[in-house]
Amino acid sequence: MKARAFDYRRVTSVTEALAAYAGCRGEARYLAGGQSLLPALNLRLDGPDLLIDIGRIDTLRGISVEGDALRIGALTRHAETLSSPLIVAHAPILTEAAAFMAHPAIRNLGTMGGSLALADPASELPACMRALGAVIEIAGPAGTRNVAADDYFRDLFETVLAPGELLSAVRVPLARPDIRMRFDEIARRRGDYAMVGLAAHLAFSGDVVETARLAFCSVGPTPMRAPAAESALAGRSLGPESIAAAKAALAADLAPDDDDALSAAARMHLARVLLGRVLSALGDGPQRAEAA
Amino acid sequence: MIAPQPVNLTVNGARVRRFVEPRLSLADFLRQDLGLTAVHLGCEVGACGACIVNLDGQPVHACLMLAVQTDGMRVDTLEGLSDSEAVAALQKAFHARNALQCGFCTPGILVVALGFLKGCRPGETAPSREAIRDALSGNYCRCTGYEAIVDAIERVAKAACATQEAA
Repeated sequence: MKARAFDYRRVTSVTEALAAYAGCRGEARYLAGGQSLLPALNLRLDGPDLLIDIGRIDTLRGISVEGDALRIGALTRHAETLSSPLIVAHAPILTEAAAFMAHPAIRNLGTMGGSLALADPASELPACMRALGAVIEIAGPAGTRNVAADDYFRDLFETVLAPGELLSAVRVPLARPDIRMRFDEIARRRGDYAMVGLAAHLAFSGDVVETARLAFCSVGPTPMRAPAAESALAGRSLGPESIAAAKAALAADLAPDDDDALSAAARMHLARVLLGRVLSALGDGPQRAEAA
Repeated sequence: MIAPQPVNLTVNGARVRRFVEPRLSLADFLRQDLGLTAVHLGCEVGACGACIVNLDGQPVHACLMLAVQTDGMRVDTLEGLSDSEAVAALQKAFHARNALQCGFCTPGILVVALGFLKGCRPGETAPSREAIRDALSGNYCRCTGYEAIVDAIERVAKAACATQEAA
């Protein structure tokens, strides 16, 4: 299908973008990579009056170390996330996740900021942001505000972004030697939406897990933290016993719905399998064959 | 009434200047305004890969890009890549291996394969069949079952990675 008619304006600064949004008498949308927005327009699931093209705002680009965080500009393409030496060094979980995201041609245009602003619960990057304890940087008419990833995602495709606000960057704490992190997912085919995905971020004190941050995608309306499973790991060494305890605890964390693709029970089963797989890979010991 | 907007871009090496409706996709612009019908429109949501073209040298879905967005950019369709003989080895291998039936998906697959093969230089390890399939994961073919397509790309990849002696 073809998109409903809309007007188009290309802007070159965040200030200009915010002003264009404020000045639009109808519905406006920010256009970045367009890899989710344009399908929605072509399917007429969305029909704004104005697209504000933010794709050439230089200040929204770039990946840099700032203090103890890695700042990733909103316009960072998924292909850049996949290949950036800074991301591999400081937030390798994002490199792992980007390999699962859609297909190569989509990754050449899709952006970090677009994925986080859309907040598709099946998407990989939102789960990574919660696992990493990232901070989302949001530009608005009153200036810039920073929101912790745990407070940013509200509901299905819903975030704390107010109309007209613009996600400008994310800041991710730098990896440290005592932290192990991993992203993995289970999908029917390469590039398909995950049936379940998991971003895991464990801080160790010696052999003991000090804190665990587990964030699942595709099992609820938002990327889902798993506090019971996290607690089951904290204060214990990572091994068969603590992994089994975390898998058992997961029932208290997740309650996926039945849907056309998968029953709730099957999705829950896959979440446990994936949790076991990811934690085993993060453990020191030899990797065990997965016992589902 | 929404006013058409100017767009200046380079298509297959030639400068193009047109006024376009903002909602016009790059794919429709290439097909309808420029007559470049190797750009095929299947799903129009970025799933099938039939419309893939190179934008500033990188494969993208022309259905998920607005013509007006491409101002100042360089677009290469299969017509251009074919004229420049950039895809000649792939076309020959697809022909030899019967790697197409109806041909609807073939232009998108050739553009993607060409980009994928950039990594193949003499002395490099040839990519695995799995890597080729991964590269093609965004291209649907409803006829061939992909085996012959992977065969053809693998043949070109191996030739490109072969050292002078082996070749």
